[in-house]
Amino acid sequence: MLPEDHPGMGTFLKTVIRWMKGPILLFGIYIILYGHVAPGGGFGGGVVIASAFVLMTLAYGEPYTLEFFSRDQALTLACLGLLIFVGLAWAGTWAGSGVFFDNLTAGAGGHRDHLFLTALEIGSGLFVSGALFMGFSVLMGHHEEDEE
Amino acid sequence: MTEVLALLILLSVVGAIVAVVTPNLLYSVISVGAVGFLLAIAFLLLSAPDLAVVQIGVESICLVLLLRATLGREVDDGAQRPLVGVAFAVALVAGIGLFGLQVFYEFPEFGIPAMERFQDAAAATYLATGAETTGAPNIVTAVLLDFRGWDTLGEGTVLFCAVLGATAIMRRRARRKDDAS
Amino acid sequence: MIYSLCLLLILVGLYGVVSSGQTLRIVISLAIVSHGIHLLLLLIGYREGGKSPIQDAGEAASTFAAASVDPIPQALVLTSIVISLGVTALMVALCIRLYERYGTFDVTEIRRLRG
Repeated sequence: MLPEDHPGMGTFLKTVIRWMKGPILLFGIYIILYGHVAPGGGFGGGVVIASAFVLMTLAYGEPYTLEFFSRDQALTLACLGLLIFVGLAWAGTWAGSGVFFDNLTAGAGGHRDHLFLTALEIGSGLFVSGALFMGFSVLMGHHEEDEE
Repeated sequence: MTEVLALLILLSVVGAIVAVVTPNLLYSVISVGAVGFLLAIAFLLLSAPDLAVVQIGVESICLVLLLRATLGREVDDGAQRPLVGVAFAVALVAGIGLFGLQVFYEFPEFGIPAMERFQDAAAATYLATGAETTGAPNIVTAVLLDFRGWDTLGEGTVLFCAVLGATAIMRRRARRKDDAS
Repeated sequence: MIYSLCLLLILVGLYGVVSSGQTLRIVISLAIVSHGIHLLLLLIGYREGGKSPIQDAGEAASTFAAASVDPIPQALVLTSIVISLGVTALMVALCIRLYERYGTFDVTEIRRLRG
């Protein structure tokens, strides 16, 4: 349980957000994974996931959220996403016909599979969520140092 | 349909004017948030659900950041602008606006996409063959990640540099606090 | 007509950039300019009564291509929106630093207190 003098909003909002943060994260992951058939994709899902952590920061304050998802983890996630993205693009070059961003599943002929795009979407989603939360957290976290 | 869209854009113009002329920065931040959310509705009306999702999320994060910079600070614009400066700004903007109107005469009529004006437009090819060649029925995703992957890669680089820049600007005090604790 | 309204949005933002005396308000005006440009690019690609560029299962490619809006402006504006958030975060960081150094958002005060 959180102590009474914890920074953040009132008890009602904290309770509601405790229930809501799971579904919001799940919704972001759904948007990323189904970006090839539904509106959304890596960018939309990444932004939704980052905004879930923004909501947590507003409701519970900075230290609680950083315990859950620290800045180092956010930066690692962003770098991992970018590496997945670039790695898949290079993989297309080596395994495919030598074109950067060659679709790896294109060899089957006729109907192509969406797996390559889904993998790229996961990469960009990880990247966008990590980078946005990193930028947000750096700007928000500065506040406490001002006061001292 | 077009009238609703025009009304939305008119409302966002009003919001933008409030954001620009009000002396208090807090009102300004809230008005620009209203402009962003109105724009998300306009994106939905323009058949761009992908953009509406991203715009709503981005606008909420942007609003929180701007509020964070505004709250607890001296935000009233006490200084009176000299009349010459205001006149110069209005003249400059009016001149650019006249040139802009000239440019808009060359645009295709509203409701006819630019790809209809050219033979073999790239967009028409993407629409006709995108689902087949990439496996993604959502053509926006197909364009973003397959046909124009370079653009997305560059976007990732720019975002990464911007976030690293913000981190570097904010860095020194945070490290000092880490040392103390 | 609708293009002119969009141009008006861009011009209002431009007026804010030129005439404003506060750093944070310049950031806000730049955000308004980028909103206007995103809207303008989308308006160019819009088809009257067009559907969103997501192909339904079993829909023929030719009828889909004739009914959908232009997907390229949408894809490019999507990246532009995310970039504008990153750039806004960078500019807000600069504004916060300037405020800590000089205790004001006013550009004339900042110029006076140099050194």
